[in-house]
Amino acid sequence: MMKFLGAMLGLLLMIPLGVHAQEERETLTVFAAASLTDAFEELADAFEAQYPYVEVVYSFGGSSQLAAQIIEGAPVDVFASANARQMTLVEEAGLVAGEALRFARNRLVVIVPNDNPANIETLADLARPGLLLVLAAPGVPIRDYTEIMLEKMAADPDYGPDYRQAVLDNLVSEEDNVRQVVAKIALGEGDAGIVYLSDVTPDQSPNLKTITVPSAFNTIASYPIAALTGAANPETAQAFVDFTRSVEGQCILKRWNFLTLRSCRNP
Amino acid sequence: MRHSWTVGSGLVRLLAAVMLIFLGLPLVALLLRALQSPLPGSVSLDAIISAVWLSFLSTLCTLMVALLLGTPLAYVLARRRFPLRRLAIVLVELPVVLPPAVAGLALLIAFGRRGLVGAGLADLGISLPFTFVAVVMAQTFVAAPFYIRAAQIAFESIPREIEDAARADGAGGWSLFRFVTLPLAGRGLAAGLVLCWARALGEFGATILFAGSLQGRTQTMPLLIYNVLERDISAAIWTGLLLVGLALVALLISQSLTRKAHHDDSRD
Repeated sequence: MMKFLGAMLGLLLMIPLGVHAQEERETLTVFAAASLTDAFEELADAFEAQYPYVEVVYSFGGSSQLAAQIIEGAPVDVFASANARQMTLVEEAGLVAGEALRFARNRLVVIVPNDNPANIETLADLARPGLLLVLAAPGVPIRDYTEIMLEKMAADPDYGPDYRQAVLDNLVSEEDNVRQVVAKIALGEGDAGIVYLSDVTPDQSPNLKTITVPSAFNTIASYPIAALTGAANPETAQAFVDFTRSVEGQCILKRWNFLTLRSCRNP
Repeated sequence: MRHSWTVGSGLVRLLAAVMLIFLGLPLVALLLRALQSPLPGSVSLDAIISAVWLSFLSTLCTLMVALLLGTPLAYVLARRRFPLRRLAIVLVELPVVLPPAVAGLALLIAFGRRGLVGAGLADLGISLPFTFVAVVMAQTFVAAPFYIRAAQIAFESIPREIEDAARADGAGGWSLFRFVTLPLAGRGLAAGLVLCWARALGEFGATILFAGSLQGRTQTMPLLIYNVLERDISAAIWTGLLLVGLALVALLISQSLTRKAHHDDSRD
């Protein structure tokens, strides 16, 4: 028994040493909205090329859940949210170092499975009873933006207030982040979902069809990013924030269909 | 000699204490935080009541399905030898070790609108995902094996001689099962049902993938916790505490049933 326990203890203690030997690079922990997944993965490669001693580690998820984790004390260096509200919650908890800056924008789009089982052609079709509508849960930014969109439509005489209620009556599931909504529609389980334009990635676009939301009703989703007070290395955290707003960072975001703040001069 | 023996047993006790503390600390922390948190507001309270009701209703249905379909399977596994019996046992054991998300994905691929079976059902106008039935299916998939295993062990523990004697006296089929097998296996079955219930109550991964999450229709207590903790953490904490309490009660009942069963065995 004793030899066995001793061996286990020894092995257990060696693990952090082994990990440390490999990880001589500095780790930068970034919590980012789920919609940023592909763009930020590419961004990390570009950032690490410029800062070879840094390793960027991500946690992607619904911004509301990420904010809640940060407020509860998760050790995070940078937070990139899909809306201002979740960033404000983190600011109010006193966890933002300096100022939160906008780095990207997005627009909403309606998606249906590629075979469009419910035959949805227009926004008006979303109010048809019996449809299986999938949205994100309340609090997740994409859901907040969707509510704004529905309110705008309710104020329009072509749709009216009944439209909004009819659409929400079709809700069958509230997902934790926007990518889960995409997944359910891409799998063909839901008839329609409302996500960001950038979520129709090259990987997913064969599985989806999109229905444009006219500018009159569409909202501009504004993504703020900030270094956090708990950052292990404040300079590196700020460097990452600045990188997302640099020409190179903006070009990467633009390639993934985000609306950028500055024009991208690369072809 | 004696010196190293004392050091050894000290280490064993220390490690045991560390493990126990690790298991207990999060629960204590949850309780303490709950006592410091405000009670949930009216909106959250609404969602909590919906979730509690859905949890109880769905787990009740799961228990009935487990009882109805699981008992015969457990009996067959306990009493009969047949080809591929080993495979059947593995199939029953698998959901216990399978990650719930994988279970949910598999259910979706099988019973979703484009699924193996689901596509056919869709033609008949039956759509399973996002329904209460889907919740019960997800819970049954992950929790019924707990009952089936316990029931199989309970049936196996009945000495064949007793059943043979009853058969010699003229009891057959259903009356043999009802008056001999069931009473003897009863406590083991009950303990299995309690474990099945606790597992079904806590089911999350398979449910959220296959049934989705909507208040009043599919949002059971675990789904509510995950969904609401970003908006109202005190609601999440109180619901979590409620679940811990229910799981505790389930475990205590199951333990006392198992103890009584062993006690009865040792008296024979």
